[in-house]
Amino acid sequence: MAALTHSLFDQKLMTIAARDAFRKLSPRHMVRNPVMFVVLVGSVLTTLSLVHTIVTGGGSIGFTLQISLWLWFTVLFANFAEAMAEGRGKAQADSLRKSRQEAMAKLLADPSNHLDFELVPATKLRTGDYVICVAGNVIPGDGEVVEGVASVDESAITGESAPVVRESGGDRSAVTGGTKVLSDWLIIRITANPGETFIDRMIALVEGATRQKTPNEIALTILLSALTIIFMLAVVTLQPFAIYAGTSLSVPVLVSLLVCLIPTTIGGLLSAIGIAGMDRLIQQNVIAVSGRSVEAAGDVNTLLLDKTGTITLGNRQAVEFFPVPGTTVEQLADRAQLSSLPDETPEGRSIVVLAKERFKLRGREVGAGEGHGEMKFVPFSAATRMSGVDFNSTMLRKGAGDSIAKWVRENGGTVPREIDAIVERISREGGTPLVVAESEHGKARVLGAIYLKDIVKGGMRERFDRLRAMGIRTIMITGDNPLTAAAIAKEAGVDDFLAEAKPEDKMQLIRREQSGGRLVAMTGDGTNDAPALAQADVGVAMNTGTQAAREAGNMVDLDSNPTKLIEIVEIGKQLLMTRGSLTTFSIANDVAKYFAIIPALFLATYPALGALNLMRLHSPQSAILASVIFNALIIIALIPLALRGVKYRPAPAGIILRRNLVIYGIGGIIIPFIGIKLIDVILVFVHAV
Amino acid sequence: MTANGWVQILFFCVVLFAITKPMGIYMLKVFDGSYRWLGFLERPIYRICGIDEKEDQHWTSYAVGMLLFSAVTMLVTYVALRLQGTLPLNPQHFPGVVDRQSFETAASFATNTNWQSYSGESTMSYLSQMSQLAMHNFASAAVGIAIAIAVIRGISRRSAGRIGNFWVDTIRGTLYILIPFAFVLALLMVQQGAIQNFSPYLTVPTLEGAKQTIAMGPVASQEAIKQLGTNGGGFFNANSAHPFENPTPWSNFLQMIAIFVIPAGLTYTLGRMVKHQRHGWAVWAAMFILFFAGTTTAYWAEARGNPIHAAEGLDVKASSLQSGGNMEGKEVRFGIANSALFAVITTDASCGAVNAMHDSFTAIGGMVPLVNIQLGEVVFGGVGAGMYGMLLMVILTVFIAGLMVGRTPEYLGKKIQSREIRMVMLAVLASPLVILGFTAIASVLPAGLKGLNNSGPHGFSEILYAYTSAFGNNGSAFAGLTGGSYFYNTTLGIATLIGRFAVIVPALALAGFLSERKVVAESVGTFPVATPLFVGLLISVILIVGALTFFPALALGPIVEHFLTSARVLF
Repeated sequence: MAALTHSLFDQKLMTIAARDAFRKLSPRHMVRNPVMFVVLVGSVLTTLSLVHTIVTGGGSIGFTLQISLWLWFTVLFANFAEAMAEGRGKAQADSLRKSRQEAMAKLLADPSNHLDFELVPATKLRTGDYVICVAGNVIPGDGEVVEGVASVDESAITGESAPVVRESGGDRSAVTGGTKVLSDWLIIRITANPGETFIDRMIALVEGATRQKTPNEIALTILLSALTIIFMLAVVTLQPFAIYAGTSLSVPVLVSLLVCLIPTTIGGLLSAIGIAGMDRLIQQNVIAVSGRSVEAAGDVNTLLLDKTGTITLGNRQAVEFFPVPGTTVEQLADRAQLSSLPDETPEGRSIVVLAKERFKLRGREVGAGEGHGEMKFVPFSAATRMSGVDFNSTMLRKGAGDSIAKWVRENGGTVPREIDAIVERISREGGTPLVVAESEHGKARVLGAIYLKDIVKGGMRERFDRLRAMGIRTIMITGDNPLTAAAIAKEAGVDDFLAEAKPEDKMQLIRREQSGGRLVAMTGDGTNDAPALAQADVGVAMNTGTQAAREAGNMVDLDSNPTKLIEIVEIGKQLLMTRGSLTTFSIANDVAKYFAIIPALFLATYPALGALNLMRLHSPQSAILASVIFNALIIIALIPLALRGVKYRPAPAGIILRRNLVIYGIGGIIIPFIGIKLIDVILVFVHAV
Repeated sequence: MTANGWVQILFFCVVLFAITKPMGIYMLKVFDGSYRWLGFLERPIYRICGIDEKEDQHWTSYAVGMLLFSAVTMLVTYVALRLQGTLPLNPQHFPGVVDRQSFETAASFATNTNWQSYSGESTMSYLSQMSQLAMHNFASAAVGIAIAIAVIRGISRRSAGRIGNFWVDTIRGTLYILIPFAFVLALLMVQQGAIQNFSPYLTVPTLEGAKQTIAMGPVASQEAIKQLGTNGGGFFNANSAHPFENPTPWSNFLQMIAIFVIPAGLTYTLGRMVKHQRHGWAVWAAMFILFFAGTTTAYWAEARGNPIHAAEGLDVKASSLQSGGNMEGKEVRFGIANSALFAVITTDASCGAVNAMHDSFTAIGGMVPLVNIQLGEVVFGGVGAGMYGMLLMVILTVFIAGLMVGRTPEYLGKKIQSREIRMVMLAVLASPLVILGFTAIASVLPAGLKGLNNSGPHGFSEILYAYTSAFGNNGSAFAGLTGGSYFYNTTLGIATLIGRFAVIVPALALAGFLSERKVVAESVGTFPVATPLFVGLLISVILIVGALTFFPALALGPIVEHFLTSARVLF
């Protein structure tokens, strides 16, 4: 989607937004926003008063006309802001729709028979159907690969042009409708009905169709509504007070005062801020299921990050062999290489390469020959925590220290004490010790250990420092033993780590953090991450992950980049800050408006009140008009800020608060004094009053 | 302004600071039940009244208990006042109080307002004073403290809406705090020369040979609780300006400290109960700054005097021979500094006792008490009422500014969401509705205008002050307004009731809601509630909310009057 981003003020978007601003004038839409609804009613009242003035011929038509016009502008500007925020999402939704072609699906009657299929439109597919997709086919709907492996072009949803591999079983089995098979074939079980697919949800989300007010937005709306009622009381009672003082105020003047006082700035921009926050996430290629989770992201206290792929580069590299006494280093290298020959993992390959570079050991072919018979690969499993090969009567194993020790003892061997020292030394240095053992003729022995080194990604320490500055703790999750974990944690600069973690440990950690009142964010991709993703307050599923993981999380990262969590938290915080800052600004603005309007209202009765006219505005009419114009224009002026968010730098709450208070609080008091005076001068200059 | 005046003001500030902590700790221990030195009295009361002191009430039961208690005591007082003529301890043979005044007085005393549209010495029998008015002085104050403690419990606990036991809290507040302190204070007042007797009124020949009636009565005991419970209803019409109520500068000092002792102590109790003592002090600091600013303004305005006098060439400077400044309506034994200080204290708190006539203050000097009440009397405030009122403002502050740190707002670990903010705003909304609404009605209806003794902006200020004082449960009068009419008795009575209960019930609901919230952990990313920045923010929110609501009305009252006085126009 990177290619689909639009600049903030794209000409086309603005045209559409301007049109939508009028469409949004419908009372049914406006009533959702009580503050702007009051402005709408005020505009209608003023317009009626204008008609009355024209018909009866009394009063100042020019003044009432200008007030009415600017009040309507106020409403339109607020609608425009919302339309602008939605506009960017809409443009993206349109491109998404285009990518969702009306595909034909090859529906299989029997998933085991690949040849017997029927061509049906993708919209006819239902959950549980099986389809086959071959090279060149568009995948007709969301599903799970049940058979086959293929490269898939997912650029339609991720914007990433490099194809990804999808295969049955494991953590890369989920496919998304609208993506395209580039090579080979897949049998897919459909897991979503048409209209409920990922791409459909995504369109709905970016369009804002399913947008609901978030809890904080609701609370803020209550505050703004209550303030509106307070100001209505202040303005409505002003008429009797005026009568007591021997004068009377006209409807346009009272409405002007009301509109200037009620928090129209934040009221007009509130929904735009929310939509823009979601949009910023989308620009980061993250799809949030609800606005609620974006808000929660701002509140996160604890980040759980998987070590591998997030903090360190995915692949560890073998850098050293440490034999136990009685074994030569060449022997160890040879056995290590042999055991790793069929091992396709990056670690396995790095062992083969290291042995070749150090000791000129050629990589041998897997299979029979070279003095050993048929080689049988024993893959790594979470249960055994080791891998290796069997040939003839020899078994080679490499794996975690304790699991190898167990294996050696089970196979009648003893574990030399020296290996513990080696393992501990490697661990303390932050490496992963991979103990190698062999069993010949039923007698097992430990040969030594391979030093696998984790490579910490560049720049991670700085990012964790930033998070710490915001009061967020990072916890590294790793399957490594505690010593290794501690060394890497120290190198990467995380606050804490969970070593030798099993999926249930992760769950427990989340529960423990939450019971201590902390909000937890995590990323995950595997099916066994799903419960933890669901439990976490912010669960970001990788797009490459399984369907279960994607459904359990409340966000999906299309780039499948676990470090994105940090950006997500920052976007959440920025969203909340923008809301707070503009609320403060809006309320602070009222001080200047009072000083403009109150003396203007009563100048005729109490000329002494002219002393409150701090801005030395030209006349009562120019003061009122200037205030109303300022009030309308400030909405337009703040649209870029609402859409982009306030400037955000990680720092402790006290410092952020002081900075925002100075800019939006004190600025909010001063700016309207200058703005209203300036508009007043211009109004006088163009003889508008 | 004189050095002597400032020394007295600063002495008051120092004593105020010094009593905060011991008073706070004492109240903490009383309400958590660990100080029970009067247990031999407390336990039988529970037994007789059938109160289960272990019962932890849900906020709804707590609120219902409070409403029932207030309603019943108010009704009893209404009946007692109506039947005054047939009841004993009435040496002057005062008849029953008229219906409108009985209603207003019952409402006013039950709500801790003590607005008096009558002169005590010519209306109320000793029985009415002692059994009814004094009873409310204790009860309404105890209820206020109980509510404050309950609200703090809601903030500090996680207890599914349970916030304590209304009956236990009220009884403990009366038994351990109000009665002993009032007892000691009454003795001190007698020592200073306040009277305490049941004698019939004296008739004495004056120097000119005329006959003067001098009112008597059990004054000192009434006086003590009137100050301590921030009630303010004077035994005599002249209130604390009367030499029998407030004879000396020392008694004046004691009266002022008595107003603030419980409210100030509660800030320390707050800190202890929420386990964040610095937050308690931050609240104290915000209150103190507002108090000091008000005092400075009022003292400056009164010491400066009437600009017209200076313009006429009169000597208004303070000297050893004269107080200088604006002495109209002030007692010479207190002078300008102590009159300004008293006026600020009595309106910062919801006391309403006066030792000078606010009506005679200069425009700005008189605006300070008015603004104090309009800000919600959260500057130390009424006993308990100041604390829960301030907590509403704290939560509002946290909500408005809390977002600016990039987290959804939370107060001491409790999330502030729509339910909580709805309650805060309900309480905040009541004040413009009642004050501005009734003022608007009174300022155009003939029934309202008839009560005015002054015209123009000053007359407007009188109406505004009356409803502000009634809603704020203050009870001080700007005077100048004839409040004894069906219109004023009824509307002011209603204003006191709304001002009390439309704030208490949302505050209790808020406490209940907060007690249901789980506690969010604190980190450096949490909105700070104990820094100078927070204090400044809290003050700004209090001022801005108050100013935005009442600025137009103030502009048409004291503000315009101030400018007109400068232009030598009087009303």
